[in-house]
Amino acid sequence: MKLIFEKSVSGRRSFEIPVSDVGIKSEIAAKYLRQESAPLPEVTELEVVRHYTQLSRRNYCIDTNFYPLGSCTMKYNPKFTEKVAAFAGMADLHPLLPQLRRGETLAQGALEVLYEMEKILCEITGMDHYTMQPLAGAHGELTGVMMMAAYHKAKGNNKKYILVPDSAHGTNPATAAIAGYEIITIPSNDKGVMDLVQLKANLSPEVAGLMITNPNTVGIFDSDIDQIAQMVHSVDGLMYYDGANLNAILGRCRPGDMGFDVMHLNVHKTFSTPHGGGGPGAGPVGVNKKLAKYLPISRVVKRDDGVFALDYDYPDSIGYVASLYGNFALLLRAYAYILILGKEGLIEASNHAVLNANYLMAKLKKNFDLPFDRICMHEVVLSASRQAARGVHAIDIAKYLIDQNVHPPTVYFPLTVKEAIMIEPTENESKQTLDEFIALMLEADKLSQSDPESFHSFPKTMPVSRPDEVKAARELNTNYFQRLSSSSAKKVKETVSF
Amino acid sequence: MEVMEDYFYTKEHEWVRIEDNIAIVGISEYAQSALGDITFVELPEVGLEIEQFEQFASVESVKAASDIYCPLSGVVIEVNEELSDSPDLINRDCYEKGWMVKIEISNLEDKVNLMTSTEYQKFLESLE
Amino acid sequence: MNPYIANTESEIQKMLSAVGAKSIDDLFVDIKPAQRPKSFDLPTGKSEMEVVEHIRRLSAKNRNDLILFIGGGYYDHYVPAAVSALISRAEFYTAYTPYQPECSQGTLQALYEYQSSICGLTGMEVANASIYDGGTALYEAVMMAIRITGRKRIIMDGGVSPIYRTILRTYTSNLDIEFVEAPVAHGQADRAEIAKQLDDKTAAVILQNPNFFGTIDDHADIMSQAHKKGILVIASVYPIALALLKTPGEMGADIVTGEGQSLGLSLNFGGPYLGFMATRKEFIRKMPGRIVAETTDAAGRRCFVNTLQAREQHIRREKATSNICTNVSLCAVQASMFMTLLGKQGLRQLAQLNLDKAEYCRQLLEKIPGVKVKRSNPTFNEFTVHLNKDASKVIEDMIAKGFAAGFPLGRYYKGMENYMIVAVTEKRTREEIELYAKSLNEVLNS
Repeated sequence: MKLIFEKSVSGRRSFEIPVSDVGIKSEIAAKYLRQESAPLPEVTELEVVRHYTQLSRRNYCIDTNFYPLGSCTMKYNPKFTEKVAAFAGMADLHPLLPQLRRGETLAQGALEVLYEMEKILCEITGMDHYTMQPLAGAHGELTGVMMMAAYHKAKGNNKKYILVPDSAHGTNPATAAIAGYEIITIPSNDKGVMDLVQLKANLSPEVAGLMITNPNTVGIFDSDIDQIAQMVHSVDGLMYYDGANLNAILGRCRPGDMGFDVMHLNVHKTFSTPHGGGGPGAGPVGVNKKLAKYLPISRVVKRDDGVFALDYDYPDSIGYVASLYGNFALLLRAYAYILILGKEGLIEASNHAVLNANYLMAKLKKNFDLPFDRICMHEVVLSASRQAARGVHAIDIAKYLIDQNVHPPTVYFPLTVKEAIMIEPTENESKQTLDEFIALMLEADKLSQSDPESFHSFPKTMPVSRPDEVKAARELNTNYFQRLSSSSAKKVKETVSF
Repeated sequence: MEVMEDYFYTKEHEWVRIEDNIAIVGISEYAQSALGDITFVELPEVGLEIEQFEQFASVESVKAASDIYCPLSGVVIEVNEELSDSPDLINRDCYEKGWMVKIEISNLEDKVNLMTSTEYQKFLESLE
Repeated sequence: MNPYIANTESEIQKMLSAVGAKSIDDLFVDIKPAQRPKSFDLPTGKSEMEVVEHIRRLSAKNRNDLILFIGGGYYDHYVPAAVSALISRAEFYTAYTPYQPECSQGTLQALYEYQSSICGLTGMEVANASIYDGGTALYEAVMMAIRITGRKRIIMDGGVSPIYRTILRTYTSNLDIEFVEAPVAHGQADRAEIAKQLDDKTAAVILQNPNFFGTIDDHADIMSQAHKKGILVIASVYPIALALLKTPGEMGADIVTGEGQSLGLSLNFGGPYLGFMATRKEFIRKMPGRIVAETTDAAGRRCFVNTLQAREQHIRREKATSNICTNVSLCAVQASMFMTLLGKQGLRQLAQLNLDKAEYCRQLLEKIPGVKVKRSNPTFNEFTVHLNKDASKVIEDMIAKGFAAGFPLGRYYKGMENYMIVAVTEKRTREEIELYAKSLNEVLNS
């Protein structure tokens, strides 16, 4: 498919800018002006519409395909949340209004949403306070770890290390490193959970804290979590809960009760806001009383007169972590989603997410290796080791599934499982969908025995198949205009076929 | 896995060939094959002083990135400029054309911390 | 009740029996009784109709009826219907990160086009596929400059948004980075002050154009001075203005960031917005965030993939370039749709219209007794005015007349209590501008 720039014709135009009604033409001195117009495309509105509509058809998405991408919680995104986010009172509200004098009165509805969300999230997770500012999960992690650092600094603690399990998301060690800590990786045991002996061996007064998901990234709930928390707290370390897998335990247990001091959650996972092709997300961060005074400013409060307002008066706060108040339109969608589900609906979400994952595990474990043969939570991690021995790797099975109109599960994560296939069906999928998926997986296994070679040509039904990622990384053609000016790029152009 | 005689090796799979007081450093067949198609090599600047086993370069493939540690202490006197345009030299010929850095050795006794080719061969077998 | 659950009671039983469990509770055996919630006191679920109505009522409590002359980095631009329609396609908004390129070419190609347009707009060689927002993009640029130079000192011109300044202060103080602010002189970058600060410990100097006071500048001289000492220059920019203004690329900037909200995104009370980031090709590996590259497949067909993933957190873990995982892909695609729809001519005309309307407004305000318009250099669609009264009080009085009249500088700058910045976008009609001037006159002089 052509790039929009290749469809451009000089002089063609689209959106009409209104004629000026002010009757003056202002000019800026030439030395402040750009030499040439920005090289944006020149196309008609119809061409723009066709271009993006055609592009959209080259995506799998939840609305068109089963999307059991492990660790990403690809739930159905209810349409009504789009509707409420589009209300003009919300969508067209200027963010600086509440920073004007008595400006909080101009944004009471929006501030109420943020205030209510804080209360709701506290109840769901058992934390004492929340900030809505962090703009994604990893951003929440950095916010949380900076608060941990502030806590230790205030207490005069000399801390150097953050512990992370070997199965952790890459964001955990990356975040801790940016915050200035060294990482100690704690191995898992043969049951798929943290090895307490190893934890003990690595605990020291220099440990600032532990970052962990529970259930962990292999989909297993670590029952030792209270003991782990006790051990970490015994050296005045702090417990950080990565909320990526919260969808498994709603109403069943709460990070605050498990002994966690600080946590983030991903509203695009647990609370079903759309993933948008990789964002935007939102990563509210909750803390218990130990860390409350370090929360970012501004905070939303309800004054005695019942008016919601921004409050900046927290001298120990780590400061602002984002420009404004968080990804409001997503927090609003999450709020609407939580209201519609209510207490029972949230519990049901976890119930069915877990049931669906266990059903898949039960039906697939004969044909695929199961690194940990025990009840799983909201996702199941299989290994394609057996198939790999026949020359069919996890990635090949993924490509096979694409041809069958299924978005593949996460492959090669977690890193602790060889040939990992991580399946998270979510609570929204029906038994029929799961049965069809099971049939496909069994078919893939069968084909790996009868004709392993055939996998290398998958996918066959897509516009492209097995892109050359080595070439992409070596040539680094990331900008159409740069390519036009470089010589090595010409070679690329010649091999293009449309 | 091909292992060159007369070279010395580290546990991180770097090799070093010693010619008088000059050390030529690269990564082994095992390392390049584990990384897969190499897309980028980051090399130190000439003149850099470096301690044994200090990180001084890195190698990237599509799916992995690996830090390279210097097998011997010394001063960087030359880097393989060809790798910036053709990082795949390491994949094609890791022991000769795919060399990475030349170092003027400051302490040849550091050699005792390295493996001989026979020892490295055994080390590789132990990994399997 | 959860309206989005599919399985019926009999299906649940079949599934449980396949699993070998008697009840769903059995599946939660790993959670010990002592670990159950101390409380889970939430309201019961409501119907869609009730929730929509509830939020409609909340929405009505927000004053989106005010005529906006407030900017401060977030602008009331028109969002064309085609942009709203296209970005509402579920294929874009209900997809995830393009981990499997074969079934994600839509997102990947759209992001490649986005990167190209951002490069074209800023005059830079490479751009990433977005960062959370303008402020966090600036923070990531600072971290990038520190990685490239190995130095830990940052100089920020006082004309950079004070909102960004407050964020940077959070990160620099928590992450042990020296942060120096060079106050502006007469509303623009103070060359002498910045020159004094440039030393060989400095990683980067941050400049903004137009700056927070609305002033347009050519920072090329500061940039070349910085480069002589091995200091990188980070330029924070307003993308609509770039349709007319000298690009940071032309000035010699090394890293460019900005808030992309004005490129077709709603104000949304603060987010989601779009942080964009562009740089020189030589720094591409030090740039955080996802990057999409063109390549070919086995059959020689052109296609697009995420590239340089080896520097990202899911591979490099604690050695990653940044901890970022999520970006704002959808907002980037939306901005790309906006830039495409307006096109080469349209974006220029839009910028010119903003300029003309702001100029008209400025001329009217200048005639009001008690108003002085401060201006040494030219301005774009936002400018600073001095009032004979406390600006925040004046703005409060203007609310009663239906206007968000501007942003009071006293909120972030001591001693500037009588100043406000006024933004005029293409959406303000002549009638609104005239009524605004008339109302301001009344507030100040009656």
